[in-house]
Amino acid sequence: MQRSLASVAVVILSAVPVFAQAKAKAQNVPEIPYESVPNFLKLPTGMYLGEAVAVATNSKGHLFVYHRSGNTRLFEFDEKGNYVREIGEGLYGFEFAHSVRVDPQDNIWAVDEGTNMVIKFNPAGKVVMVLGHRPEAVGGPLATPTGPAPPAEKYLLGRPTDVGWDPQGNIFISDGYVNHRVVKYDKDGRFLKQVGSEKTGTEPGQFNTPHGIAVDLKGNVYVADRGNNRLQVFDNNLVPKAVYDNIGTSWTVCVSPGPHQYLFSSNSNPNGNTPGSWDNTGEIYKMELDGTIIGKFGHAAKTLGGFQVVHMMDCRNPNEIIVGEIESWRVQKLLLKAK
Amino acid sequence: MKHFLKVLSCALVVAGIRIGAQSGAPDIRFDSGAEPLKLPANVYLGEVAGAATNSKGDVFVYTRTGHPTVTLGGARAFAHGGSRLFQFDKTGKYVREIGQGLYGFEQAQQVRVDPQDNVWVVDQMSSMIIKFDPKGEVQLLLGRKAEAERIPAGAPAGAGAANAKGGALPPPPGAGADKGGKGGAAPAGGGRGRGGPPGAGQASDVFQRPTDVAWDAAGNIYVADGYGNSRIAKFDKNGKFVKSWGSRGTEQGQFNTPHGLAVDAQGNVYVADMGNKRIQVFDGDGNFKTQFSNVGAPAAICIPPGARQVLYVSNSNPPEDLDANGEIYKMDLTGKVLGKFGRAGKLMKEFGTVNSIDCRTENDLYVGEIGNWRVQKLTLHP
Repeated sequence: MQRSLASVAVVILSAVPVFAQAKAKAQNVPEIPYESVPNFLKLPTGMYLGEAVAVATNSKGHLFVYHRSGNTRLFEFDEKGNYVREIGEGLYGFEFAHSVRVDPQDNIWAVDEGTNMVIKFNPAGKVVMVLGHRPEAVGGPLATPTGPAPPAEKYLLGRPTDVGWDPQGNIFISDGYVNHRVVKYDKDGRFLKQVGSEKTGTEPGQFNTPHGIAVDLKGNVYVADRGNNRLQVFDNNLVPKAVYDNIGTSWTVCVSPGPHQYLFSSNSNPNGNTPGSWDNTGEIYKMELDGTIIGKFGHAAKTLGGFQVVHMMDCRNPNEIIVGEIESWRVQKLLLKAK
Repeated sequence: MKHFLKVLSCALVVAGIRIGAQSGAPDIRFDSGAEPLKLPANVYLGEVAGAATNSKGDVFVYTRTGHPTVTLGGARAFAHGGSRLFQFDKTGKYVREIGQGLYGFEQAQQVRVDPQDNVWVVDQMSSMIIKFDPKGEVQLLLGRKAEAERIPAGAPAGAGAANAKGGALPPPPGAGADKGGKGGAAPAGGGRGRGGPPGAGQASDVFQRPTDVAWDAAGNIYVADGYGNSRIAKFDKNGKFVKSWGSRGTEQGQFNTPHGLAVDAQGNVYVADMGNKRIQVFDGDGNFKTQFSNVGAPAAICIPPGARQVLYVSNSNPPEDLDANGEIYKMDLTGKVLGKFGRAGKLMKEFGTVNSIDCRTENDLYVGEIGNWRVQKLTLHP
């Protein structure tokens, strides 16, 4: 009880700014050497990235970047970083990017927290399924609601943040900033279950802004519980299994494919934090799925090789991590070196 | 393999019976054609509010897509965009876009094609009915778009979520009035402001969130009006206001969100009175004749032209619930249910908040879905 009271106090103390960073409790973590590939993404002249909140590769190594530009846009690049095409230009579901992920069949899933929608594109770029429902424009401009969120609905999302799938194709959505839950749908989009609710909480199975999600090959679900400065693990039925709270503020998670899966979590460092936070946050942890820390890499910085602020990672190859940075409007490809 | 697919689809139909069953009506076997509309690269459908065919079999789709936009600056906010009108030929090949950037295109609600192949668009947000001739030129306008959107001073918690539901949902008591009140009471409203208090059914030639349009054999125009103002308005074929009937309520001749309209060959007017879970039938002067209360909450309605007339009615699921309703009923014009098909869902042959039914021939339907951002072409095998 004492411990949970203490953690409540920590949450309250860290409430300003809203998601203040936490120095990781893990000590003496080995540094993993790495380099950032120079000039990785080659944008055509006159095209720009905005906040590069989301990155994901497909099985061919093509990279999808979902970013907050003048309008929110989804770009595809080849494995060398050459621009290929734009997907979903003018799409009704594109308003404020948050995540993009590619499933094992190379379908592209965009999560938009402005329209409260998750949109599935097939590899050709056609919309094949949508989840959630965009609030209708007919209401005109509305004042931003304050106070507690209304009860979470099975098929409506409240500023969702990320999406993942288990080997059966069940869909897991972290939802999000308004609701604080993880929802499980079957592969056809039918609601199965949720953990958490529209309310925040600090107990296992409760969230404060679940901000990223990943699923391993056994169907276990890893959730970046950002506002609670922890990562939560659930089994396939969304029953709490473990809490990893020694890696700072888990902003985003990634689980690599392959026979030996690794878990990555970023203790990202945003602007607006107290002076000094650059010195002890911003790093990414490489872990075993059971939470054992293997090492860490990276640090807060605006220059290449540093992070400002990692919002999402791709780890299809666990030694080549692609990161999207929200506050440097940038995508970096990192080559991790064996020690 | 083919046999297997056949068995599988039969199994799905059987599953549909159990879940969607409401009145013991027989299930109608049906197919949904693969890729009925072929979109060019980088053209996307959003929520399909309306789908309608003309006499050549061309398909018109009025869809909520792009970015509904409010221009900032000053104390008024100006709304633009958010919907597009596309035309496809009968093979599904993309033909063209009509009305790109049109002032009245904001939130698609319906599209219908009249017997002369004019294309009529109903926009719920601009509260306008726009008639295009077959070439795509604007021929007639009913209603007027509000000049500006009112900027709210504040809202209670959950207001955004209430708005998030929207769709084909009947507004909860009062909620529709609030939304309509934006136009009804807003000093900023240049068009919707003249329609009287929401739900009062004021006889007027302007609308508050209209939902559908239909015509009788003489070309008189009927408008379902709508979410804000629960009434039916009648105009002559030249757009001159004739009369209006109904207001918000549950009595005969009253409505709770009239959401769809159809007129039969005799000139009877069928109103999908969604919030009251019934279809009301009137003569062309608005005299109540009968009502059907056995088909759920009707959101979309269609009567095929021709000698033998029937009625298709969708008991559409609201966007936040995929686990109930969603089936489409076939009735005769006396209200007897002949059969039903489909259920709510995201797969082919399932429906996500059907907002529109086109039934130019009795067994070939197009349905437009809000929830699934698509048009399905259905072939019935009754």
